[in-house]
Amino acid sequence: MGMLNVLVAVSLAYVLFLFVVAFLADHAAARGHAKWLQSPLIYTLSLSIYCTAWTFYGAVGYAARSGLEYLTIYLGPSIVMIGWWWGLRKLVRIGRSQRVTSIADLISSRFGKSNSLAVVVTVIAVVGTTPYIALQLQSVTLALEAFAGEARTSAGHNATALWLAAGLALFTVLFGTRNLDANERHDGVVMAIAVEAVVKLLALVAVGLFVVWGIAGGVGPVMEMISQSEIAVWQVSSGRWAGLMFLSAAALLTLPRMFQVLVVENEDERHLATASWAFPAYLMAMSLFVVPIAVVGLELMPAGANPDLFVLTLPLSQGQDALAMLSFLGGFSSATSMVIVAAIALSTMVSNHIVMPIWLSSQGASAMVAGDVRHVVLLSRRLSIMGVLALGYFYFHATGGGEALAAIGLISFAGVAQTLPALLGGIFWRGATRVGALAGLVTGFVIWGYTMFMPSFGPDVFFTQDVLDHGPLGLVWLRPQALFGISGLDPMIHALVWSMSLNALFFVVASLVSFPTPLERLQGAQFVNVFDHSARPGVWSRGAAEAEDLLVMAQRILGPADAQALFRSEAASQGITGYLPQISPEFLQRLEREMAGSVGAATAHAMIGQIMGRASVTVEDLMAVADETAQIMEYSNQLEAKSAELVHTTRQLRAANEKLTQISHQKDAFLSQISHELRTPMTSIRAFSEILRDGGTLELKAQEKYAGIIHDEAIRLTRLLDDLLDLSVLENGQVSLNMRGGTIASVLDQAMAAAGAENNPMRIRRSGAREDVRLFSDLDRLAQVFINLISNAQKYCDAKSPVLTISVREVEGQLVVDFTDNGSGIPKASQEVIFEKFSRVGSDQAAGGAGLGLAICREIMLRLGGQIAYLPGQGGASFRVTLPDALEMAAQ
Amino acid sequence: MRKADHPLFLERESYRRRRLMDAARVAPVITAFLFCFPLLWVGREDVPTTFAIIYLFSVWLVLVVGAYFLSRRLRDMPGRTDRTRR
Amino acid sequence: MGKRVLLIEDEPNIIEAISFILSRDGWDVDTHANGRDAVDRVKERNPDLVILDVMLPGRSGFDILGDLRNQPETIDLPVLMLTARGQTKDREMAKRLGASCFMTKPFSNAEVLDIVRSLVEGQKAAS
Repeated sequence: MGMLNVLVAVSLAYVLFLFVVAFLADHAAARGHAKWLQSPLIYTLSLSIYCTAWTFYGAVGYAARSGLEYLTIYLGPSIVMIGWWWGLRKLVRIGRSQRVTSIADLISSRFGKSNSLAVVVTVIAVVGTTPYIALQLQSVTLALEAFAGEARTSAGHNATALWLAAGLALFTVLFGTRNLDANERHDGVVMAIAVEAVVKLLALVAVGLFVVWGIAGGVGPVMEMISQSEIAVWQVSSGRWAGLMFLSAAALLTLPRMFQVLVVENEDERHLATASWAFPAYLMAMSLFVVPIAVVGLELMPAGANPDLFVLTLPLSQGQDALAMLSFLGGFSSATSMVIVAAIALSTMVSNHIVMPIWLSSQGASAMVAGDVRHVVLLSRRLSIMGVLALGYFYFHATGGGEALAAIGLISFAGVAQTLPALLGGIFWRGATRVGALAGLVTGFVIWGYTMFMPSFGPDVFFTQDVLDHGPLGLVWLRPQALFGISGLDPMIHALVWSMSLNALFFVVASLVSFPTPLERLQGAQFVNVFDHSARPGVWSRGAAEAEDLLVMAQRILGPADAQALFRSEAASQGITGYLPQISPEFLQRLEREMAGSVGAATAHAMIGQIMGRASVTVEDLMAVADETAQIMEYSNQLEAKSAELVHTTRQLRAANEKLTQISHQKDAFLSQISHELRTPMTSIRAFSEILRDGGTLELKAQEKYAGIIHDEAIRLTRLLDDLLDLSVLENGQVSLNMRGGTIASVLDQAMAAAGAENNPMRIRRSGAREDVRLFSDLDRLAQVFINLISNAQKYCDAKSPVLTISVREVEGQLVVDFTDNGSGIPKASQEVIFEKFSRVGSDQAAGGAGLGLAICREIMLRLGGQIAYLPGQGGASFRVTLPDALEMAAQ
Repeated sequence: MRKADHPLFLERESYRRRRLMDAARVAPVITAFLFCFPLLWVGREDVPTTFAIIYLFSVWLVLVVGAYFLSRRLRDMPGRTDRTRR
Repeated sequence: MGKRVLLIEDEPNIIEAISFILSRDGWDVDTHANGRDAVDRVKERNPDLVILDVMLPGRSGFDILGDLRNQPETIDLPVLMLTARGQTKDREMAKRLGASCFMTKPFSNAEVLDIVRSLVEGQKAAS
């Protein structure tokens, strides 16, 4: 048992190492040092999750039983990779341009963002992958037992699998659900599986080298041994050779985990070019030593030894414990990397297409306004990951890890391959419809289940021997393994031919007879013509939605920082400052895509639809679909672009004009305002000074009081004049800045003290350690801005228990300080003018203020090289102060 | 029918580029054909496994090398050129 | 004398000053600090004279004046308008709306007293 303990210790150390690798990679990616993480090499290595424990252990067993047939499993994908220019490149381009999160999302998105389609694909994927996960758990368990040298009790057997499943769930939750956006890659996970890819290749090659040169004595003798062995002669059934090659090629495209690494995690389309030769080379290296190991194993190992474990037992039997240990780690790597990626892929599908739609419909319209949807999505992903691994474990537990599992690899392939017609039809054929895809998928899935999946459990699980032999209810033509009386075929080929051909047939026929919805036609055009950049994506027409509503919703899904950045960049591209762009169809399209990266296309579409009130496709949009009118379209596109430009310019002009009129009104009011602000204190001063001058019978107390008033009003006058002068100096740019270094925290402390925050009922929440940022600026001026914002909040926040949140954070590489209160905010009409002189919100007169504060703040921030803006959609009134390049300045 | 915006003669460089893309499209067909070639041996009892191994792995190696050179030239090509397929 | 004056003004110091000046002269001074319910307040108190500021929170003094002049019970009530803006525009506006007198801040205490006295007495003489 000592050996086993060492093995367990080594495995744990290895797992720890993977954790560290994933953590460091995530960390590096988060800090932007991820160039090398996104190299084509890492991409290629991540594809190697195609080679699971089924490859690592099973290929040798397969070869020992059926000769060279095992090679088909690696030749098929090689064909697909070498032909990347045709298929994969298009798939990856679509995946990136549509921000696809999974294969279910891609198919659903192509066929009119139909969620029912996504659900069907998800179910197929879960049913097809669960046994495969069980297979991985089994292989690790068996390998451990081979080391222990004894068959352990079934309780120990299950315990190993359970620990493994739990550990993998932990890893996947930790590194797979860090960020929400599926298009923000899982750098940590990808890095870990790339490391595992290297380990498994090294392990298999090491065992191979040892077998060829260490045991057999060179290439010649090995060839001799092969010729002497049971598999000396080429004997492969032509049906199986071609069928399996097709099947494995299809699986490369349709396996959820492969789709995840190929398409979703793809960073750069050009990585495919490298993978096109490097991945076939990897597969070749993985399969090179399989036959020698099998033949030597058959020769040396006792009869009845499980050939599936030769990779492990052969070095063990030769006393090569270290090599055996490496081999174990190789198998372990193969199993774990597959399970991790499969769990991420499946959980994304389950969460986006099953859990989220249910949650959203149960919440009704309130889902858009209540709570942070991101937390729900993350939670549902985490639960889905645990659910998927639990399913795998229970499958393993229920089947007892028996023989049924050994054949599951191909069965799983055939199951997920049922999505192939819909996938290929979707990206190459504009005529494919949702009804067709649904018909094909369901047909293929049912036939696969009936002819392959259910019989695989052997008699008396789903079918009795009688049903297998004579068909259900005695209907001979419905025998699961000889449909329509065609018997004598290999059962695998039988199931594959029937399921795929009927699947494709139903898909095509139902597509031909049905009629697609406008959205389907648009999506179809976009998918099929993805390389044609002129294809204009226009699905949303302008509706009544307020930009602020959309911002509120987007913040809940993308997170405040990303959503604000998106809105601001869109507004900037429209020539508008602030966070609320014009709602153009292009903007809605972009927003929907961003959101699709988080919650899937169908859900994102539904959410925007709910806010917009309608999902409308206009006649002009449909014009884009008709390729017969391509030339007319080109011309009208140009016209349209011009008219759109005109509309845009007009819009800008109108906005500018409105603002000018407003400002001129304010200029007009300026003198009258100054007069008012000066005369009011003067009135008190004059009145009381006359009273005092007249003397008479004033009590001493009254005299003191009146003198006090005169004094206060004089100060008020002085302050007003100071403010006016300050503003004029700032506006003329004659201000001299007193630059020095300090931390945000200390500036905020100073401001809070000056604003009298301690004795004010308003509670102030700060952001703690994040304020500990050094900056180099005119800190007194900055404090002046902060004081203004704090005392404004104290004056105007109308909440029962007023709270001001001051949060410091980094947005798009710039340090921002947000001042957000919980009052009723500033009405949209006033948001435009609050930074103008003498503008006050509403008609209420501020206690003591002349309405110059925010105007001064704006000028100060301008001088300091920063910005101050009103931030809409935050609940209460919210001001964002953007500091001038804080980090750069701190370095000075 | 020739469209006005599709000139009859292309510059030498674009001509080469298009032939390169043709090669990329033919590559999987050739690959599939070579990998299916062993089907011709089915039914014969005299093809040794060692021969099949040598054949398949040699083909595989040649294809990998071919794909390597092809991909290096294709990698930096903009996707837009694909329109010429029409 | 016990004549009642209602002062509608929102600056606390100005309220204090005018109240002092008038009460020292024997007037009974009521104050009110916002524009919204000023008209109701006038009816409720039924003063002999109203001193009305133009810039009030809630409602402008001109609007209030307009209301007062449109109702039979206050149509003849003497109203002294005060403003700190001091533009001719405002003066004309006050005149058009029917203000009895218009004063620009700051004012001298004696001036206020004189006008208040003359307005109330003129009213008495007229009735």
